[in-house]
Amino acid sequence: MQPANEAELSEAVRLAVGPLVLRGGGTRGIGRAVGAVLQTSGLTGIELYEPGALTLVARAGTPLAEVEAVLAAERQRLAFEVPDLRGLLGREGASTVGGVVAANASGPRRVQVGACRDALLGVRFVDGTGAVIKNGGRVMKNVTGYDLVKLLAGSNGALGVLSEVSFRVQAQPEAVVTLSAETDAPQGLADLRRALGSPFDVSGAAYMSGKAMLRLEGMAGSVRYRAGQLRALLGGGWQEDAAADWRQVRDVTPFAGRAGAVWRLVVKPSEAGRIAAGLPGEAIFDWGGGLIWLLTQDPALDVRAAVAGAGHATLIRALPGMQGVPVFPPEPPGVAALTAGLRAKFDPRGIFNAGGAA
Amino acid sequence: MQMPIASARVLDRKAEIVARLLTVLPADAVIFDPAETRAYECDALSAYACAPMVAVLPRSTAEVAAVLRICHQEGVPVVPRGSGTSLAGGALPTADCVILGVARMNAVLETDYDNRFIRVQSGRTNLSVTGAVEADGFFYAPDPSSQLACAIAGNVAMNSGGAHCLKYGVTTNNLLGVTLVQMDGTAVEVGGPWMEAGGIDLLGVICGSEGQLGVVTEATLRILPKPEGARPVLVGFDSNEVAGACVSDIIKAGILPVAIEFMDRPCIRATEAFAKAGYPDCEALLIIEVEGSPAEIDEQLARIKAIAMAHNPVEFREAQDEDQAKRIWLGRKSAFGAMGQINDYMCLDGTIPVSSLPYVLRRIGEMSAEFGLDVGNVFHAGDGNMHPLILYNANKPGDLELCEAFGAEILKLCVEVGGCLTGEHGVGIEKRDLMGVQYSAVDLEAQMQVKDVFDPKWLLNPAKVFPLDATAVRRAG
Ligand SMILES: Cc1cc2nc3c(=O)[nH]c(=O)nc-3n(C[C@H](O)[C@H](O)[C@H](O)COP(=O)(O)OP(=O)(O)OC[C@H]3O[C@@H](n4cnc5c(N)ncnc54)[C@H](O)[C@@H]3O)c2cc1C
Repeated sequence: MQPANEAELSEAVRLAVGPLVLRGGGTRGIGRAVGAVLQTSGLTGIELYEPGALTLVARAGTPLAEVEAVLAAERQRLAFEVPDLRGLLGREGASTVGGVVAANASGPRRVQVGACRDALLGVRFVDGTGAVIKNGGRVMKNVTGYDLVKLLAGSNGALGVLSEVSFRVQAQPEAVVTLSAETDAPQGLADLRRALGSPFDVSGAAYMSGKAMLRLEGMAGSVRYRAGQLRALLGGGWQEDAAADWRQVRDVTPFAGRAGAVWRLVVKPSEAGRIAAGLPGEAIFDWGGGLIWLLTQDPALDVRAAVAGAGHATLIRALPGMQGVPVFPPEPPGVAALTAGLRAKFDPRGIFNAGGAA
Repeated sequence: MQMPIASARVLDRKAEIVARLLTVLPADAVIFDPAETRAYECDALSAYACAPMVAVLPRSTAEVAAVLRICHQEGVPVVPRGSGTSLAGGALPTADCVILGVARMNAVLETDYDNRFIRVQSGRTNLSVTGAVEADGFFYAPDPSSQLACAIAGNVAMNSGGAHCLKYGVTTNNLLGVTLVQMDGTAVEVGGPWMEAGGIDLLGVICGSEGQLGVVTEATLRILPKPEGARPVLVGFDSNEVAGACVSDIIKAGILPVAIEFMDRPCIRATEAFAKAGYPDCEALLIIEVEGSPAEIDEQLARIKAIAMAHNPVEFREAQDEDQAKRIWLGRKSAFGAMGQINDYMCLDGTIPVSSLPYVLRRIGEMSAEFGLDVGNVFHAGDGNMHPLILYNANKPGDLELCEAFGAEILKLCVEVGGCLTGEHGVGIEKRDLMGVQYSAVDLEAQMQVKDVFDPKWLLNPAKVFPLDATAVRRAG
């Protein structure tokens, strides 16, 4: 099913008799959803873009690339740096903005500007009964009623099908500098945390392939100044690194095309080194250690036990033999009851993305 | 403004309810003498007042849970309260309710600079959160003007903002986790000292739910390293349009000041008479603040100055030192007080797309003439969050109603141009009956369903946020 507008989308949901798999471009959904595919890629178009107000409103099926191009023409961008996981997940196709929101897809700049959910100003969506619901709007500050915008961001299609999203956007910086240092993981991660605890406004803090990386963005003079201050603060082998490629971190490129299970761990940054050291496999650290991508060949590896009390883990890509492993982190009973309650209200027939997103 | 009729069933059982509460709380934490419960009769929307049946002041999550369990069994409505500074009547009691105040829960539970968070009990005041980490070079970013008094509990419930949220975001962008006690006494931990809570974003919907989903007893907050310095400039214009265009050009140029505050002529004149900050007598005034090292500040201000000069300001004043910086902020910070010297006032809080600023200000001016009430406008121009202050005389019969009618028209105008009813103060009772202007019945139903899940009996702060007729059936249980 590929509705062409919101009314058709609502109709498609209302008339559905079995489970639906919600799909934007099919480039980032995870999990084991089964059912008839309901595609939002027919709902396209940027409805409003005001560069002077930093706001953009687009229909959910609008290709991410189109939004990025329109923003770039005004030297603006989506601040949260959307990861492109096609390589990692072995997918093709074009990402849609609705899929980005449903996954709360957020890259390295999260340490500075927050996630997709923090840039999301409003949504329109169709719930499991076919009702069209609006929440939030197109202005930067809005506390009118409950914040269902946050609830929908990152819900992986469990509560509704997005039909429209509005973002706060950001100006592109005039200058970008990356500093890097070849060092071991414990030292590199400690340096990242020190940098994030400094006033020098870091916009990326990652550790990958034996190298710690820090990114600075802004006006030219300011970037130069902060780079100098950080090098003085951290000492050691920190150097400007003109070849640094943050897309490798954002898209988890080193794991693309390689066999193995991929886990995404969100943890207390100071625990990152310890947790990763206890898990056989390869790790890429983003968000100053707050995010770990783990590639492992062991289907029985108990990643969730390793993060217990310090965060949670999502299974991004499974190996054969992992069918019994839940994709999304199991929730403590109180939270699970609330989540189940919300799903039952928004999707009373339980037709959306049972078993995960696609 | 209408409130539900107090339940005779509950009022008749007051003695038994108090006795039960005294089994789980020390005597000094249960207030039921009508002479004392009056202290809780209103919040900062003081036009409306009603003493609660009982007020309780627990000291721990366990005590909060015990109180809620009793109230749940007894079917008693509970109104959570932080410091009572809500401007929307969010903490207004009903005569049959228990006010659950968290003011005694003000401890710092954990500070962690390595992971940049602080965990506090929710009754701690906003400013004292920063106070706890300031000496080590950190701060908590959301800074409502009421920060000396307001509590994190109220900030989380209202998703409060502040002057610096253009750069740092509002409460929801700085909140990592909460301990929430549901109406039936169940305590849940949502989120924690990591960057995302995982699963469906319950934290996102709890923040801003105005005390209707549960009582927040603890919060994990993101703290940030303090910038090296900050400096404001003041720019005066002889037209609102031009001031608005200047704001838009600054933003388009890719500069992100931490604050862009706007004041119009009535407000400038009132504050000058009161605070004597030395502001120019002009149509519109911007205060723009940037942060960083001295050199970084110079770099940004040079850019801002170039943009502002292209709009022919009547004045461009740069603070040369700390003292001048304070004077630039002085008028803005005393704006509410200054308006209060002239008369009683009602402070609105709608948000508009910044592009509609000149039109909205012109319409407010016209309406001011129609209603015969003066208005001053102060607001956060960078994000379009307006605070029109309507002056009225509380002692003059009919004036409050006239003022409310005028306020409602302004808020409708905000929605009409693509904005919203409230940017940071919340709906409470104040905007409750206007919700239909912004949201359809279906939109509101979706929100009320969330409350159905967290508080199926609709006992927590039940008469707020949604139009009373829309919630009647649910409140009746
Ligand atoms: C002079 C002045 C200036 C202000 N400036 C600003 C400003 O710049 N920005 C801004 O955003 N606001 C501002 N406010 C409004 C107000 O200060 C904020 O809404 C504040 O967050 C309220 O906090 P409080 O602790 O006083 O909450 P209260 O007034 O006690 O309660 C507010 C709401 O929170 C709920 N609540 C309280 N405690 C809990 C809890 N433990 N669990 C769940 N719900 C709870 C209440 O039920 C109520 O709905 C201002 C107010 C004044 C008087």
